[in-house]
Amino acid sequence: MTNKSSKRTQQHPSRCPDNSAFKQQRLPASELELTAPAVLSSFFIIGLVCLAVGICLILTVLRVQEIQINYSDICSNCSKLRENASNWKTECHCTANFTLELSMEGDVLMYYGLQNFFQNHRRYVISRSNAQLLGKDVNIENSNCEPFTIYPNGTPMAPCGAIANSMFNDTIHLSYYPNSTTVIQVPLLKRGNSWWTDKNVKFFNPPSHNLSSAFAGSARPPYWEKPVYLLDEEDDENNGYKNDDFIIWMRVSAFATFKNLYRRLSRINEFADGLPAGNYSLHISYNFPVTKFRGKKQVVFSTVVWSGGRNFFLGIAYTISGAVILLAGFILMALHLKLRKK
Amino acid sequence: MALSVDSALYRCQRLAAEAFFRGESESTPLLSSVKERLKYNLNKWRIVFPNNERFQKDWGKVSRFYAGNGIRTTKYTFLTFFPKNLFEQFHRLANLYFLLLVILNWFPQVEVFHREITMLPLSVVLLIIAAKDGIEDCKRYRFDKQLNSSKTKAYNKNDQAYVEKCWKDVRVGDFVQLQGNEIIPADTLLLYSSDQNGICHLETANLDGETNLKQRQVVKGFNAEFEPKFFQNIMVCEKPNNDLNKFKGYMEQPDGKRIGFDSESLLLRGCTIRNTEVTIGIVIYAGHETKAMLNNSGPRYKRSKIERRMNMDIFFCVGLLFIMCLIGAVGHGIWIRNFSERPPYDVPEVNGNHISPALGGFYMFLTMIILLQVLIPISLYVSIELVKLGQVFLIHNDIDLYDEELYLPIQCRALNITEDLGQIQYVFSDKTGTLTENKMVFRCCTINGKEFSHQENAKRLENYKELDSDDEDWAKHQHSFLPSNMVMKTATLPQRSTKPLRRCQSARAHFQGHSRKKSLGRCDSSQSQVAFSSAIEKDVTPDSRLLMKVRDAALQLESLSPLTPMMATSSSIIDFFLALVLCNTVVVSTATEPRLRVTGPPLMKPAAGISLERIQQLLQRLKSANLSQSFLSSQSSSDLGASFNGKNNAMYSNDKDNASSQSCSSSTDYLRRDSSPGNDCAEIRDASLDEVFGSVTQGHLQPEFCYEAESPDEAALVHAARAYQFTLVSRTPEQVTVRLPQGTLLTFDLLCTLGFDSVRKRMSVVVRHPLTGEIIVYIKGADYAVMDILEEPARGNVPIGSRMKKIRDQTQKHLDRYAQDGLRTLCIAKKVLSEEDYRKWANFRREAEAAIDNREELLMETAQCLETKLTLLGATGIEDRLQDGVPDTIAALREAGIQIWVLTGDKQETAVNIAHSCKLLDQRDTVFTINTESKETCESLLDITLEEVRKNHVVERTKQNIFGINLSPSLSRTVGVSSNVGLVIDGKTLNVIFQGELQQKFLELTKYCRSILCCRSTPLQKSMVVKLVRSHLKAMTLSIGDGANDVSMIQAADVGIGIAGQEGMQAVMASDFAISRFKHLKKLILVHGHWCYSRLAKMVIYFFYKNVTYVNLLFWYQFFCVFSGATMIDYWQMIFFNLFFTSVPPILFGILDKDVSAETLSSLPELYKSGQNSETYKLSTFTFAMLDAFYQSLVCFFVPYLTYRDSDIDVFTFGTPINTVALLTILFHQALEMKTWTVFHCGIMIGSVLFYFIFSVVYNNLCVVCNPPVNPYRIMEYQLSSPSFYLVCFITPIVALLPRYLILALQGTFQASPILKAQQLDKLPKGQRDLAIQQWRSRKQTESVITEDEVDRTTSNLSQSSFPAHATAGDGGDMRPELNQPVEWMLNIEGNFFMNRWAEEEVTAASSPRQHPVVPGEMNSSGRFGQLTINTKVLNQGSHRRSVSTVTL
Repeated sequence: MTNKSSKRTQQHPSRCPDNSAFKQQRLPASELELTAPAVLSSFFIIGLVCLAVGICLILTVLRVQEIQINYSDICSNCSKLRENASNWKTECHCTANFTLELSMEGDVLMYYGLQNFFQNHRRYVISRSNAQLLGKDVNIENSNCEPFTIYPNGTPMAPCGAIANSMFNDTIHLSYYPNSTTVIQVPLLKRGNSWWTDKNVKFFNPPSHNLSSAFAGSARPPYWEKPVYLLDEEDDENNGYKNDDFIIWMRVSAFATFKNLYRRLSRINEFADGLPAGNYSLHISYNFPVTKFRGKKQVVFSTVVWSGGRNFFLGIAYTISGAVILLAGFILMALHLKLRKK
Repeated sequence: MALSVDSALYRCQRLAAEAFFRGESESTPLLSSVKERLKYNLNKWRIVFPNNERFQKDWGKVSRFYAGNGIRTTKYTFLTFFPKNLFEQFHRLANLYFLLLVILNWFPQVEVFHREITMLPLSVVLLIIAAKDGIEDCKRYRFDKQLNSSKTKAYNKNDQAYVEKCWKDVRVGDFVQLQGNEIIPADTLLLYSSDQNGICHLETANLDGETNLKQRQVVKGFNAEFEPKFFQNIMVCEKPNNDLNKFKGYMEQPDGKRIGFDSESLLLRGCTIRNTEVTIGIVIYAGHETKAMLNNSGPRYKRSKIERRMNMDIFFCVGLLFIMCLIGAVGHGIWIRNFSERPPYDVPEVNGNHISPALGGFYMFLTMIILLQVLIPISLYVSIELVKLGQVFLIHNDIDLYDEELYLPIQCRALNITEDLGQIQYVFSDKTGTLTENKMVFRCCTINGKEFSHQENAKRLENYKELDSDDEDWAKHQHSFLPSNMVMKTATLPQRSTKPLRRCQSARAHFQGHSRKKSLGRCDSSQSQVAFSSAIEKDVTPDSRLLMKVRDAALQLESLSPLTPMMATSSSIIDFFLALVLCNTVVVSTATEPRLRVTGPPLMKPAAGISLERIQQLLQRLKSANLSQSFLSSQSSSDLGASFNGKNNAMYSNDKDNASSQSCSSSTDYLRRDSSPGNDCAEIRDASLDEVFGSVTQGHLQPEFCYEAESPDEAALVHAARAYQFTLVSRTPEQVTVRLPQGTLLTFDLLCTLGFDSVRKRMSVVVRHPLTGEIIVYIKGADYAVMDILEEPARGNVPIGSRMKKIRDQTQKHLDRYAQDGLRTLCIAKKVLSEEDYRKWANFRREAEAAIDNREELLMETAQCLETKLTLLGATGIEDRLQDGVPDTIAALREAGIQIWVLTGDKQETAVNIAHSCKLLDQRDTVFTINTESKETCESLLDITLEEVRKNHVVERTKQNIFGINLSPSLSRTVGVSSNVGLVIDGKTLNVIFQGELQQKFLELTKYCRSILCCRSTPLQKSMVVKLVRSHLKAMTLSIGDGANDVSMIQAADVGIGIAGQEGMQAVMASDFAISRFKHLKKLILVHGHWCYSRLAKMVIYFFYKNVTYVNLLFWYQFFCVFSGATMIDYWQMIFFNLFFTSVPPILFGILDKDVSAETLSSLPELYKSGQNSETYKLSTFTFAMLDAFYQSLVCFFVPYLTYRDSDIDVFTFGTPINTVALLTILFHQALEMKTWTVFHCGIMIGSVLFYFIFSVVYNNLCVVCNPPVNPYRIMEYQLSSPSFYLVCFITPIVALLPRYLILALQGTFQASPILKAQQLDKLPKGQRDLAIQQWRSRKQTESVITEDEVDRTTSNLSQSSFPAHATAGDGGDMRPELNQPVEWMLNIEGNFFMNRWAEEEVTAASSPRQHPVVPGEMNSSGRFGQLTINTKVLNQGSHRRSVSTVTL
């Protein structure tokens, strides 16, 4: 009989399905149980963790100091001047004073902030030529830079595109008044603010012995006052495409209201521990028009902690969700107990 | 055979060929130039010139217009694959939509992504499908190649011999020589067969799956040796068509004479030659023009319910998309309008101008469509296909659905409706072969009004049930089991005689065991299984009383006693058995050579020849004794032995011993002693028992015959006759040889055979009796088909008339009882024709056969002309046993809330009985029977019944509402199937319902019924019923059947299931799933159906959720980028998100997830209701998923937004955490949905997350300028080094999933649905689980017991209340005149009719219709409710048929 059956299996080798766990859908499996007793612990553990993290975060963020100086209103005369594009050659300076009640300790970062400037507009975001910024000699005519590529006379723009064209070009200097008479220029670092990879991988000046010759044959973008190789005349390493301000501007921000890192406090002399409390003034060379799009400009000083800047949201979110989860856990437990009693 | 053929391609080619041909024939009058006489129209006829020297030119001219024999079933060639496949794929709307998007993206104004990137998802989808198609096509190609290069022998005119040729090289007009067991390469006309009668046998299993042999006849006049060289005829026949049974044509000889031929001479491609050594034929149709290929339609595509639903939801998504795009467009337009002067970040057009707000808005609309395109889930279509493939794979591999007897796993023929199995609400089942085994077993018979109950036979069948279950041990059992059985039966018989006695009948019983296999494998013709009967069908234990009578009849002949009253009976007994043997189309072969037909009687011919003279003498004497009916002339061995000469003596004695041993041994001992002590047979037995048995056990010279019949009941009858020693020895188209009880061989000349057809429902043979020379017609058919055409008792001859009448009534009574027992009944009748009549009729018949136009009608007419004025011989009851597990399956399906309808062509009584035995109808059920032929009656009956049922139901409903608080919601929702009402309706009433626009009422009624039986229904009616339910009730239907008559029903239903069983493959071919046993339906539906449904439904919902969640992230961002269509996520990561990161887990989930274990599902059929009510995927769950998707996307967007607001974050650095949290949320969501976690699940989940991070890091690192103008270089790394990223990634999924998690936990805690409850049962250890399941079920039962009690009360109320109403109806009262009047009227008419008609008969016939045993089964069963019957008899004049309208309460 065994003979017979073996013969049969030989005759029909493929017909009979394998009796394997997979094919018979009998794979060993653990089952997810979603009942009160099984999930209660997860509710409590997650709730508690969230609560703890939330409180921690709030405490941390509390240590962050931040001050914002909105100067587009202060410099209203300059704003007006800039409304008219024909005045672009006229210089306009203005000063904004502010007082620091408490000293800002640690690394102090200086940002410029813009409101209502939609850098994330789809067509704005793509209006650039990465290849050009890498210092390659490329034909930008077919790039996404349109229409900011070539002047009618045939000179290409360097850098091309709407992003570069609309670069923020106010210059801001910070003075410290330790007393009513003394003025100290606060030392600020303009290099090392951008991402390392941007500076060292993505942005290169065209190869040449000096910058002006490297950019020979190209012209500045229409909104610019000076060509790209004059962005920072003092520091060759911070000039041309490798200018930190330029690089940071080219990293388009995610929201219409944003701040970009402008300078870092150089912690020397009086400023070794940060910005001491006292009177300060901002000296602004006002070039960037914002009234056209009802924008605002501001300068932000901020210290940083490990979790970032002064933003309580995460802390609050953690705390509240922790509390809600715990509450849900308790409700679930009560319901479960009630059900079990029944 | 190839699985599919691109018949469109073929048609196209043919059209082209025809066009070409026409063109040519117009310019040059084709062929007429060659030979004047050839003026055939090739556009109308096919002319085939033989491929020999004689017709070389003509053949060359014509044959090039005919297709060659090479076949190509592939859709594509190497070159056309891509264009053609793409073209086909773009027939799908979704693909077109995405193509549109790709094209749209090409316009710079609206371009969102890179042009190349947008094409990626589409091309991946197209590629996957193309690969799938390509592989399938490749398989077909290989199969074609194999087929095309098979070898056959064709005539070569140069060599003047048959040479080997590939199939593909065979041309129309070629002569092919085929040996036995070869497969026919093309449709050929049979010109020569080595068989002396010019017959060739075919097995058409490859074509239609039927394994019985079919006969084909050589074209008339071609029976001699055949030499192609001298063949000089031209064949003219019809153009290729796909009708397998239709073929007509003629052969034109050189002298202009025409010889007709038809499908009887056509050998079809793909069939196998059997039983014939050599055949020669000429190829008529080749390749794609063969009937087999034309009949081959490709696989079927059905759309499942989920997919239909899904398409609706896709429209919802389209609407959503439209709204979102509109918001974007309007928002953008408004924003642009707000500026008098454009801000620097609004990039002007290339020409330096800014576009107008309206145009900007319009562009933005298009842009948004591209941006949010994922909302229409293109990946869903591909995923569903993959998931279904996986599901089919798992179903196919289920070992529980594997039939060990047939070596058949379940076949899933439709790949895309697996989930429909989980939503079935109605099951339509065939009875025969589906619920029953379709193993026809002779149970009992009635002859001349005398019933022979065959008690032993019934017992034998009982015992087989046990034996049958274990056929492996059959041989062992046979020895241990049989003797004891026989001892029980024939207690007085000496032990030693029992064994051989048994062996006489069942010597080969185990030879095949379950050998009724079908060669389903298409290529493996080597394993030629045969359609022989199984042991249970072969062994028939004869009824002792009848056996005695048969012997008496034989003895009467022998002793030649003068005519006694017994004579008529005994002659009709013999006639009865002769009819059984003769009136069939059984093919005889021997057991040793199963496929070789026995054509002539073996060995004993001379003996029979000698005896003939003597018998003729006897018969003459009998005739002179004024015997009106011819009867069998028989001879006793001793009698004959005396007349033997020496030459034949030795041989004969051998046979004689055999014969006597057979006859002696098969009758039981005690009987013989009682009845005929002086029987010389008994003496022989006493004398030489030992040696006789010795010879039997040693050699058994008599060959064992195997009978192959087209329908199993034919074989059953032949086997039954064999048990009474009427053995069919051989059968040729001209002659039938029968061995009689005493061993004589009689050879009947077969004058004509009128085959069985579904209109006449009977078959008949015209034979010439070898002894009397009388021409006798034997008829066998369905009882009503025979009873109607019996000879009316002659007025003059009262005694004979009344006798006949009595016999008829008795037989009818027996027939009714058989039907009640669930037996199939057949009536046997005969008729003696005078020479004159026969000649007339034969002429008539010949004319009809020769007719060309309406041959079928004429043939039918001749048949009906012949089959009149019959003499009833008797009737047989054949049992068709219930398959095992049927009641259990039906109970389970019913518990699952499935309404079961049985649609059968059988008699009402049989059907009702089977329904009772398979628990379709409960003994406590109220059964309503509606049979009527008039519309008014039908309507009123429906109204009455409906009213009763409603009353019943209302009471129950209110009760349910009272107690319903405790019931779970899913229970109370299932519409009133719980009331125990059954409905029996017959085909004629169905016709009335369909014609009389009563469908609504009927359906209304059926809604209240638990089970419905439609009997006597035609295939068309079956499919109409299915369609009715499907279209009017919008219900999911499943049809299950096994025979060709179920095909239309199977095709009409949402899910068609074929049973690969006894009746060929048509049902399987038409089905979506093919199983081999009815009981497999339970697991298929309850377990696999549930799984497939819940898996796929969840997956579809999940896909919608997933896409909406993800797309909304992009949408929310539009509010922060002035609806400019910007994205914060890199394109590649975005596209990969759908394509890779989140696509595998749902697919795996769709294939492998088990919400409830198989054991629990099959032990708690109630769980199936969730699928029936579409609980997983319906509007509410979809809405819930959409709301959840919106909530989750809000969380996933705004948590990162609020975290990074006012910071110096750039676009992609902001997008990366969003992408990450979305991924985590979506995957965790999936994790919450998954009920089982196997290694695969864990691996895929972790793998997906890891793959995302690894891919992102690698991609972000590699891509410096690869993806201009913006790229996410190093962003992932930057984020991975920032703590706030982790903080965001932790809190967001928690917040996003908290509501769902909480709701799931609450549902789980409160066990909101039976499924959840069952899930928790699954977690218990096995013992506890079984206990819990039992508790659950018993709880259910107590609930239903309450219900039933309540029902009882209501029904008793109901019957009480309805009694007066109907009583008045009977009295002619006018309580409900509009209903009762017609009924009453009928009653009166009928009563009168009865009185008139049966005036001189006993009163029984005229007894009140209310007492007429119409449906006694129900009467008994419903006795406790009191009984109420409304019988409406509408008697057709002159018709015996009883049309009874009954409402039985």
